[in-house]
Amino acid sequence: MIAHIDPAKLIFGRLTLASLPLHEPIVVYTFIGVALGGLAVLGAITYFRLWGYLWREWFTSIDHKKIGIMYMVLGFVMLLRGFADAIMMRGQQAIAFGGSTGYLPPEHYDQIFTAHGVIMIFFVAMPMVTGLMNFVMPLQIGARDVAFPFLNNFSFWMTVSGAMLVMASLFIGEFARTGWLAYPPLSDIASSPDAGVDYYIWALQIAGVGTLLSGINLLVTIIKMRAPGMTMMKMPVFTWTALCTNVLIVAAFPVLTAVLALLALDRYVGTNFFTTELGGNAMMYVNLIWIWGHPEVYILVLPVFGIYSEVTATFSRKPLFGYASMVYATVVITVLSYLVWLHHFFTMGSGASVNSFFGITTMIISIPTGAKIFNWLFTMYRGRVVFDLPMMWTVAFMITFVIGGMTGVLLAVPPADFSLHNSLFLVAHFHNVIIGGVLFGLFAGIYYWFPKAFGFRLDPFWGKCAFWFWVIGFYFAFMPLYVLGLMGVTRRLNHFDDPSLQIWFVLAAFGAFLILLGIGCMLVQIAVSIMRREQLRDVTGDPWGGRTLEWSTSSPPPPYNFAFTPRIHDHDAWWMMKKYRYQRPLDGYLPIHMPHNTPTGIILGALSFVFGFAMIWYMWLVAAVAFVTMLVVAIAHTFNYDREYYIPADEVRRVEQARTELLASHV
Amino acid sequence: MSMKVSRGLLLAVVILLAGCQSVLMSPSGDLAVQQRNLIITSTVLMLLIIVPVIVLTLVFAWHFRASNKKATYDPEWEHSTILELLIWSAPLLIIIALGAITWVSTHKLDPYRPLDRLAAGRPMPADARPLTVNVVALDWKWLFIYPEQGIATVNELAAPVDRPIKFKITATSVMNSFFIPALAGQIYAMPGMETKLQAVLNKPGDFQGFSANYSGHGFSGMHFVFHGMSEDGFAQWVQQAKANGSDLSREVYVKLAEPSENEPPRYYATVAPGLYQAILTRCLDPDSPSCMTHTRPARSGESTGMAGMPMPAAESH
Repeated sequence: MIAHIDPAKLIFGRLTLASLPLHEPIVVYTFIGVALGGLAVLGAITYFRLWGYLWREWFTSIDHKKIGIMYMVLGFVMLLRGFADAIMMRGQQAIAFGGSTGYLPPEHYDQIFTAHGVIMIFFVAMPMVTGLMNFVMPLQIGARDVAFPFLNNFSFWMTVSGAMLVMASLFIGEFARTGWLAYPPLSDIASSPDAGVDYYIWALQIAGVGTLLSGINLLVTIIKMRAPGMTMMKMPVFTWTALCTNVLIVAAFPVLTAVLALLALDRYVGTNFFTTELGGNAMMYVNLIWIWGHPEVYILVLPVFGIYSEVTATFSRKPLFGYASMVYATVVITVLSYLVWLHHFFTMGSGASVNSFFGITTMIISIPTGAKIFNWLFTMYRGRVVFDLPMMWTVAFMITFVIGGMTGVLLAVPPADFSLHNSLFLVAHFHNVIIGGVLFGLFAGIYYWFPKAFGFRLDPFWGKCAFWFWVIGFYFAFMPLYVLGLMGVTRRLNHFDDPSLQIWFVLAAFGAFLILLGIGCMLVQIAVSIMRREQLRDVTGDPWGGRTLEWSTSSPPPPYNFAFTPRIHDHDAWWMMKKYRYQRPLDGYLPIHMPHNTPTGIILGALSFVFGFAMIWYMWLVAAVAFVTMLVVAIAHTFNYDREYYIPADEVRRVEQARTELLASHV
Repeated sequence: MSMKVSRGLLLAVVILLAGCQSVLMSPSGDLAVQQRNLIITSTVLMLLIIVPVIVLTLVFAWHFRASNKKATYDPEWEHSTILELLIWSAPLLIIIALGAITWVSTHKLDPYRPLDRLAAGRPMPADARPLTVNVVALDWKWLFIYPEQGIATVNELAAPVDRPIKFKITATSVMNSFFIPALAGQIYAMPGMETKLQAVLNKPGDFQGFSANYSGHGFSGMHFVFHGMSEDGFAQWVQQAKANGSDLSREVYVKLAEPSENEPPRYYATVAPGLYQAILTRCLDPDSPSCMTHTRPARSGESTGMAGMPMPAAESH
């Protein structure tokens, strides 16, 4: 037995030099570009001697604000990757007509659309939503951190670890060629024997652990750590939506973990859960993945609805219209989101009664969603609407999102879906709600809370350029897809025969190009804002005339957020405090109990990357060592008794004194 | 803002014009026509609320802009019971209407349901005999078996106009979706399972058919032409297939089922008996462990496929 074990196989598994895509020029150039860029960044960090600073102040930090910011950075970096995939697809579809096969062969193109979907949902939208909840929510409820600060850092690094696996698949081996949900039998070992689907499975499993733990963390934080007086119906709306989202995460992500584990068993040990053999059934996978997948849509969009609610109220200089109905609408959507998953596959032939049930439950969701839109509308009514960047994105959202909502309800009518399913109409619809809903909202949130995080605003000129490029680009990129869908064009094709379609694809590619300019403007905006930060500085901590507690503290907030835990009397707590001429207490500071930074999270994240990578390439020995080391590190961490410290009262006094002087000098 | 509106309107007009000529908006089969009507009805119903919302958004955003000091400013106004009742009940009413339409139309346009009419105002003749076509999605081409005619084709389908067609659909390895937009909506083709589609074509012509569910490397080339013909034309087409075709024995089928891409149309004059059933139950090799007649007892009636979701639906009609 022992003689048959090849030590090289135990260490390298099925990874060989041939796994490196050296024969694909596009990949090689991309790799050289990424490597040079990466080296430049690493070199700059070394040159400016930032490693120690980054390690101490960021990587090992368990401050929810810093973790929130790191999530946003991760999301933005991955947005660049996901968008690169998008523009490559648009380019391919714009030229691959008739005799031309375009520049992407199927094996490459199929990886790109799979990676695009996976990255945009799991590593752009999710980190950004989690990042905003992490940064904003504890400040909104008057807490000093989340309930489990270490867990928060650990969750973040698990998400990074998953993202790194997806990135690694670009240069080592290949990514899945199955579409972003990896339906079997296509994702079975028989149809996809290479490492692509394994990258998919392990990247999502590892990142999923992070998401689930972060969901539990934020949920407990909202339930247990609200400031005194903040009853449920006095929570800010963003906190309400964060609560509902984290309930959804905690209930839905285990389903994803389970279904991917079953798929992994099918692939690794030859079970038959989703095969066509021995009683397996791929339809179970499709059901299970959408039982996670549909709530996931609301996991993304609910917090963003919260952002719009905060932004609309703040920039209309009025309380949110219908706070209570907004809360009930959110809760109703949360519950209903579990009762609609089958609308993703009406065409599987479930029968008319099942299909109509799920069609009608889907339509019912549009009622609370419609009520929300009206609430924002009537928040503007009799307001004084200030069109700063967050509000511009909100108005663009309201107009764009209702179009996406309408096409969504249309797709929920089963016989209509039989014609439109899997078509570019569907693609246009979900980009309409995810870009027009989630992404616009994230941008609104970023512009809104950026001054809170860094103490200066983002430059409005470049922000407006980005806004117009994005919004116009969105309409150019996706309205043609609605038309193509009505022409019966299905998605994921890399070649077309009918030349009359080409003009629409060219228009869509032009739209993607405009979005590229929008992203470029955003990058310029960040650079310009950093350079002009003294002009854009906000010393008040409340640049927009905010209504909720996060605006009561300094920008950026001190590590302890609030020197004194506030008492809450209304859901617009800070607005009320301002109205009743609240005076900051200037004395009587107490030492503040805070958690210590720890490197355990980043170490566990790195180990899980090694473990995932080893599992993907069948490096059993490496995988076993990485897994055992992970357990050892986790157990060793439980013996770390040096977890907390006190910020002395003098230090708190010094920080608060500095703020008092700053406020006085400004006014 | 007004520039945006005019641009939006222009775009909408262009899209509407383009949409009207598209295959889904001017189809040739009765089922697809009814689906088209449903798409239009639902859209109009929803526009009743969508258009006012978009207009109100623009009007409110413009009128209540901070620089417009003439606009009323009421910084405390945050609740109105009547308004809240309205904003919940307006979408509710539309969804009640749409829900009713959905329930009725989903049952009426169920692809498993035998047709009761050829087209609007043309009831099904009493002697109408549906044409049966067994559809197999292979890697990456379509196999059509005509049990009555005893022929089979690859990547080419034909049927007489105004005769109901009964498709029985399965797949060999991965999931596909059988879709002829001009004829009727799509339905998944899944290995070891059978789905059904009952449809009728009302106009002659050549129409595009394809797989509408991504199925791997050769997916983009997995399309076929659907010829809508007169009864005579169809009989000739069958004769032609018989004259030009070879034999589809089990051995030939096994070779055919191997992955290949961008296959040109091909005809078979004869088909091995029981081939479709063997494909459906995965019993081409009766000793194979995947053969379902071994692992699962056959259900009553014709199907011996797996007792998945499509089966009960098929039997309920």
